[in-house]
Amino acid sequence: MTCLHLLLTLVFAVSLGTPVEIQRPRGVPLTKKQFYEESKPFTCLDGSRTIPFDRVNDDYCDCKDGSDEPGTAACPNGSFHCTNAGYRPMFIPSSRINDGICGKMTLHLDISPQQCSMHGMVLHLKFFLCTDCCDTTDEYNSGAKCENTCKELGRKEREVLQKMAEITKEGFLLKQQLIEEAKKGQQEKQSKVTDMQENKKQLDEKVEALRTVKETAEQPEKEAKERHLKAWEEQKAAIRLEKDKAKMAETFLELDDNADGFVSVSELQSHAELDPDADGTLTEIEAQGLMGGAEQVDTSTFESVWPKIKDKYHSESQAEEPAPVETPPDEVKEPVVDNDSEPYPEDDISEEEDEDDEDEDDYHEDDDKAQPTIKTPEKTHEDEEAMPPYDADTQALIDAAQKARDDFEEAEKALREMDDQIRNIEKELSFDFGPDAEFTYLYSQCYELTTSEYIYRLCPFNRVSQKPKYGGSETNLGTWGSWSGPENNKYLLMKYEQGTGCWQGPNRSTTVKLTCGKETVVTSTSEPSRCEYLMEFTTPAVCQEPANIDPSPHDHVEL
Amino acid sequence: MAVISIERMGLLSVVCVSLFFSSTFAVDRGNFKTCDQSAFCKRQRALKPGQSPYRALLETLELSDSRLTLQLINDNNKVHLLLELYRLQGNMTRVKINELKPLKPRFEVPDVLIAEPPTEPLSVLSKDDNGVVLSLGAENQRLIVSARPFRLDIMEGPEVLLSLNSRGLLAFEHLRLHKDTQAQADGAEVKESVDGDQQQDEGKKDEDGESEKEEDGLWEETFKSHTDTKPNGPTSISLDFSLPGVEHVYGIPEHADDLKLKTTDGGDPYRLYNLDVFQYELYNPMALYGSIPVMLAHNTQRTMGIFWLNAAETWVDISSNTAGKTVFGKMLDFVQGSSEKPQTDVRWISESGIIDVFIMLGPKPSKVFSQYASLTGTQSFPPLASLGYHQCRWNYNDQEDVKSVDQGFDQHDIPYDFIWLDIEHADGKRYFTWDPHKFPQPKEMLQGLMDKRRKMVSIVDPHIRVDSGYKIHNEITSKDFYVKNKDGKNYEGWCWPGNSGYPDFTKPEMRAWWASMFAYDQYEGSMENLFTWNDMNEPSVFNGPEVTMHKDALHGKWEHRDIHNIYGLYVQMATAEGQIQRSGGVERPFVLTRAFFAGSQRYGAVWTGDNAAEWDHLKISIPMCLSLGLVGVSFCGADVGGFFKNPSTELLVRWYQTGAYQPFFRAHAHLDTTRREPWLFGPENTALIREVIRQRYALLPYWYQLFYQAHKTGMPVMRPLWVDYPKDTATFTIDDEFLIGSDLLVHPVTEEGSRGVTAYLPGAEEVWYDVHTFQKHNGAQNLYIPVTLSSIPVFQRGGSIIPRKDRVRRSSTCMENDPYTLYVALSPKKFAEGELYIDDGHSFNYDTKKEFIHRSLTFANNALTSSNLCPDCNFLTSSWIEKVLILGASKPSKVLLKMDGKETPVDFEFDTSMSVLTLRKPGMNAGADWTLLLQ
Repeated sequence: MTCLHLLLTLVFAVSLGTPVEIQRPRGVPLTKKQFYEESKPFTCLDGSRTIPFDRVNDDYCDCKDGSDEPGTAACPNGSFHCTNAGYRPMFIPSSRINDGICGKMTLHLDISPQQCSMHGMVLHLKFFLCTDCCDTTDEYNSGAKCENTCKELGRKEREVLQKMAEITKEGFLLKQQLIEEAKKGQQEKQSKVTDMQENKKQLDEKVEALRTVKETAEQPEKEAKERHLKAWEEQKAAIRLEKDKAKMAETFLELDDNADGFVSVSELQSHAELDPDADGTLTEIEAQGLMGGAEQVDTSTFESVWPKIKDKYHSESQAEEPAPVETPPDEVKEPVVDNDSEPYPEDDISEEEDEDDEDEDDYHEDDDKAQPTIKTPEKTHEDEEAMPPYDADTQALIDAAQKARDDFEEAEKALREMDDQIRNIEKELSFDFGPDAEFTYLYSQCYELTTSEYIYRLCPFNRVSQKPKYGGSETNLGTWGSWSGPENNKYLLMKYEQGTGCWQGPNRSTTVKLTCGKETVVTSTSEPSRCEYLMEFTTPAVCQEPANIDPSPHDHVEL
Repeated sequence: MAVISIERMGLLSVVCVSLFFSSTFAVDRGNFKTCDQSAFCKRQRALKPGQSPYRALLETLELSDSRLTLQLINDNNKVHLLLELYRLQGNMTRVKINELKPLKPRFEVPDVLIAEPPTEPLSVLSKDDNGVVLSLGAENQRLIVSARPFRLDIMEGPEVLLSLNSRGLLAFEHLRLHKDTQAQADGAEVKESVDGDQQQDEGKKDEDGESEKEEDGLWEETFKSHTDTKPNGPTSISLDFSLPGVEHVYGIPEHADDLKLKTTDGGDPYRLYNLDVFQYELYNPMALYGSIPVMLAHNTQRTMGIFWLNAAETWVDISSNTAGKTVFGKMLDFVQGSSEKPQTDVRWISESGIIDVFIMLGPKPSKVFSQYASLTGTQSFPPLASLGYHQCRWNYNDQEDVKSVDQGFDQHDIPYDFIWLDIEHADGKRYFTWDPHKFPQPKEMLQGLMDKRRKMVSIVDPHIRVDSGYKIHNEITSKDFYVKNKDGKNYEGWCWPGNSGYPDFTKPEMRAWWASMFAYDQYEGSMENLFTWNDMNEPSVFNGPEVTMHKDALHGKWEHRDIHNIYGLYVQMATAEGQIQRSGGVERPFVLTRAFFAGSQRYGAVWTGDNAAEWDHLKISIPMCLSLGLVGVSFCGADVGGFFKNPSTELLVRWYQTGAYQPFFRAHAHLDTTRREPWLFGPENTALIREVIRQRYALLPYWYQLFYQAHKTGMPVMRPLWVDYPKDTATFTIDDEFLIGSDLLVHPVTEEGSRGVTAYLPGAEEVWYDVHTFQKHNGAQNLYIPVTLSSIPVFQRGGSIIPRKDRVRRSSTCMENDPYTLYVALSPKKFAEGELYIDDGHSFNYDTKKEFIHRSLTFANNALTSSNLCPDCNFLTSSWIEKVLILGASKPSKVLLKMDGKETPVDFEFDTSMSVLTLRKPGMNAGADWTLLLQ
């Protein structure tokens, strides 16, 4: 980490210092000692004016830059240097001199990195606060009874730094592996995509070829089927005609009550249902009209009468039992309904799988199309007789066409799958996985943290969610947005946006803060603002190369 | 805060939910009554000015030394009233009117007056059949009681200062039996809708029967789904006041309106009824969280006050004979000499209780303040730290959050004194407890703050969760301290914790018990740097009528109707008392309240409730706090940044600049807003906010001294310009700028994208120095000031001396021993004066042991002298004078410090461009006698 660099540089600088307390005005760092010479008038460090030396640290601010009062609180913009022997030297704002607050720097292992602004420098201090001097030199006249905590602090800091250094070191090693793997993976994927694209080309050709085969096979099939159907239609027409004739003859016999070989007007009148004006009675004239004006007709003339009456005619034998006529359609319906219902009810399909589902739906439709050909005979139950099976030649043509179709569809499906795979890999390759692709390993992984109330789930580059521990639905805390760290290292923060909307508020969003760690873990979550979540996440991928100087054996010179 | 988060209040009734689902950002007016929807207001307002039916029965006049009593009779209904008149010390008159023989006692508001006001002898100057003339002592002031019709006039010489019942609007609904019980006992009597009913023909209509009277809401009234059973029937009272020569009236807070009160003809009267108004609207007379029934009347000659001591729902009508006239019209009147004298007429209407009015005759503004202070007390003297900056938010989530915000201030070098915890800190909104997960170690947290010399406030609201596992609830139940409903059962309503009980703070035993709950061993996890915030004390009842308590709820023998507006005062009173007691009476309390009443100034600070992050809300914070200051409450502030919604960065910066120059300086934000600690808006804005907070801290000695003055004299800290320039009519309506004390004039920038403001610099004799540049400007002019985002126009009056502590630290306590810089701004006559007040900043020792330093600083004849204003005081300070800036000075040849009989030379610098003389490190102790001589 950059902050670590800075810290170490500071420590290093001190370790080079002379291990003797050199006389200089209070609050002046060694590096600036030469500007404060007792024998000479003092010139403000900004050069703005020169004052007698006895006005240095006389508790009155003479220099605009505050440089004449390094050891008092007189200047609003001054800074005080403390040696902090045993720890490390630092500057504090001069407003903290003699303010009655001791340099009580407590170890905060559980808090997030704090930014500590000191004298223009910004340090990331993970564990320590830096508002006061641990050597108590800032409280020389406030009455506050402060204890020198520098040694203790130094020890703790060394421990912490050592631990951090170890973590960084190991983390950095892990990071190298991650980079290695990612590079390898990336290459593999890249070449895989290239391969696949080559394969895809072949597959494309194959699909086209099979399409031609299919179409070639389907033409004779279609013709043979049509022939077969036509023959069957003709056959059916002939049968129907036969039946009609038989019925006509039967009817003639029924009507011809006196069996004289003629159907007379009066005989016809006995069938009131034939009444053309539907007034309930078939008058003589009406009957005569039906018979084409004749008084009676013989069997051959009846042929011209039959078409006019056959639709209305009630057979005398059937008239007694009309009820059963209505039942058969019901029996027919049920299986039809079953056939229509889909194997997967839509309700069960979750929204997230929508995309995949569309594809599946397509397949279903294909299935549905296929089914009727098989089931046609059953469906035409109403027809008097089933169509006779295809003759061997036709069946052979059909089988051949079906095979061509199957082959084509299979190839087409394979092509689609190939396309999907290529798209997925290309999508993955398009992500910004860091300068060295070190974040690649997080892709398509998920990490959970369970708190007292919720289970938080971070799926890097995808989404963040929260689920109540004891039942309840999941809430989307944001989907992958972008890297959003500071300009010098944008890979320290991830932003997930456009989560579930808050009541009368914004959509939920999550910032994921990445810190160096050996393990890849979500360490904490919080909601600093309503519906704006903060997640802390450790990963070796952000571990920086450790500084050249190994911090562990560095000797803190006891000044 | 008042907003209901539906997510958190799943159990709310449907009625209540619909109340808060308004889609636009504005108050849902339908939830609150208009005068027409408040039966007594409608009845009273139907009564028009005319001949009063009241007659004074002069033969009943009795005059003891300082008290005059006299019976009044309403000729319409023959009901007798008893009039009491008192001449009070300090040029005040008290007028009390009650029924002579009420069916049962009517409520008289206790605990507001700090003592029975001392009286002075009244004497009868003359008396005849038409009336009585009484002497009010000095200045030829007389009180004239006219008999037929009854009216009162207060005269000074030939001038009428103020008249009562001159428009015949005295109306007193006497207590009566319900018609059912009345049983036609006196069927002959004409029923009246209002006692003072003058129109006999209207009286006849009343005989039409039951239905009409039910509509009048005499015995029952329903608003939305809530029915107010009125077992006592109609009890309202009304009285009119005429103010000849007055065109400007002020006060009667709390309203989100201009400083100068408007006439109410054609609209609703100003309403005083403490209510939790969700997303209140600006510039209208609707009631808000607090009520102070005090009105000030001002003209170039005189300032007067009317204090209407009544805690029931109150409406105030204002009319004026000049309202609506254009300046040209007024001019024409003047030229033609035909003008009637301008006059303002005021009418007060209250739902119950008695008429008890204090007329404060001034004549100077400062006199009215001291008169009112002599009745209800002065602003409590706050701990110095509470004048620093307060960082609040609903909510700081947990101890870690508190710690990191605290560190944020240090990292960005911004001072603050108090961090606040809203309702989420308590365990299930059970006040006096801590959420065990979020705040498991409150003492550790408080100790951490104490190490930094900082403090904390936790919220303690007066609604108590009904929960048999909750100690506070169980004790209140067992002691029978809850308010009762009309049926005598414990009153329950919905508030933050869900079903809640409301302790009866009107009971002294209850308040004593409540106070004892703040003891360190009772309020677990509390420490001496933990202070209190009383919110929702109107009281807020989410499912109650108008989001408050049912009027027929019972406080002992009194109805909530009678005491409503004082409930919040009692909550803060008991809380402040608890804080005093926990320290054995040594430490000063700090309690913030949202609801208030006359006298609340004695208990702490007030804020303007749930405002919004809008420019108009920033603007209105000025008149709202000015109005409060005029009627005693100096410790006032508005949520910096605006409570609801997210402020733009510009608005936030401008709000900090404004808030830094208002008495109570606290940033606060709603739960649903994004975080807005001062450093979250980029380094430039952080720097702007840091700068203005530092300006606040540098001026703390001045603020503290002004609060001491307010505490001693009742002078408001934040003042309208007219208070100090009472003869300058140009100041009378100014409410976009204000004075802090007499010596600082502030014109905040409250317009978006502003490039300049025009400030009125008052006083033809005055000069004003820009405090940032030291440039001098003449008074009595409108000065255009170009502004940038960093500008906050502030001017120091020539003739004043302001002590500052320019070394700004992490908190006010850290600055305790720091030296002072004196800013001496010379008048055109090369004169200046000021004061310096120093004590320990937190204890009552200034009062009990006279442990303070109070010095007068005077610059005259080229000598600046510090002299002791309290020779028998004893307090030692290690603070000293590090620098003296003399603005408007000429260059001396030599500067000498005379002290302890010795003369020592003092180094100095002179800036000719701005005529600023800087004396370098004179070094005397701030408590010493000394003189600096310029030669």
